[in-house]
Amino acid sequence: MNPVLNSGMAPVATPWFFYVLGGLAVASGVAVITRRNAVHAALALIVTLLSVAGLYLMLYAPFVAGVQIIVYAGGIMVLFLFVIMLVNIERSSKERRFNRMWPVGLAAACALMALFVSAIVKGKTVLTDPRTGQALWPDIIAKLPESSNTQQIAGMLYGEAGRMGQYTFAFEIASLLLLVAILGAVIMTKKKI
Amino acid sequence: MVPITTFHYLVVAAALFVLGVIGVLTRRNVVIVLMSIELILNAVNLNLVAFSRMWGNLNGQVFSIFVTVDAAAEAAVGLGILIAFFRNRETINVDEIDLLKW
Repeated sequence: MNPVLNSGMAPVATPWFFYVLGGLAVASGVAVITRRNAVHAALALIVTLLSVAGLYLMLYAPFVAGVQIIVYAGGIMVLFLFVIMLVNIERSSKERRFNRMWPVGLAAACALMALFVSAIVKGKTVLTDPRTGQALWPDIIAKLPESSNTQQIAGMLYGEAGRMGQYTFAFEIASLLLLVAILGAVIMTKKKI
Repeated sequence: MVPITTFHYLVVAAALFVLGVIGVLTRRNVVIVLMSIELILNAVNLNLVAFSRMWGNLNGQVFSIFVTVDAAAEAAVGLGILIAFFRNRETINVDEIDLLKW
């Protein structure tokens, strides 16, 4: 199921695009968790989602970038904004932002960050691929052809040429999950069941 | 300028993940907690797509589509629970939602 690797393509963007998009994603992520007003946090999360979609475009994943913009920034965040406006939280924008145990949470998150950094650094220098003998995290070597990305994802999800795709069963289970979620969300908000 | 490797994308994804964890653990507003969970899921998606590019097949991208579907379902149900709870108790502070505490 491996797609054809096209090795002669020029890079899609200079490194400055990555630093701008990555910095914007992290900065608006900080804004999400520190804003007092929930609407400001939702708008900062939209900026994060759009910059992550830009990072997907740099990673030769145009379909995932489109799904991110349409579903995440266009669907989920609109849902969040509607709920923020339904739940009248004028009162909460004047209260304390963080709960009383915030040093413990911050320490746990710093421990988690230390774990991630050690895993990334160790994987970069120590672990080697047993097949090729190179470092397991090499530079980006494979250049996926961009023009048929959607067709190949569709082939993996739905199947092609009369066969079932690699992820067709998971796709059907995901649609069942969405049906259950819709039923649950509708029943949860009814006044009389 | 050093070329952008998988390592750079993993660092950005780890930063987003840790920011989401901080938001879940420290904020009092339930809606902000749910948005931090979306941050965590986005960090996982970025990880998956970066590794998909590194190995040269599309399994990571298909998996990230499934993660997005799951995040949508979870956001809908979580916000439905929030609305139902707000209708009964008139509060959205995590500190005041303590019916199950001993």
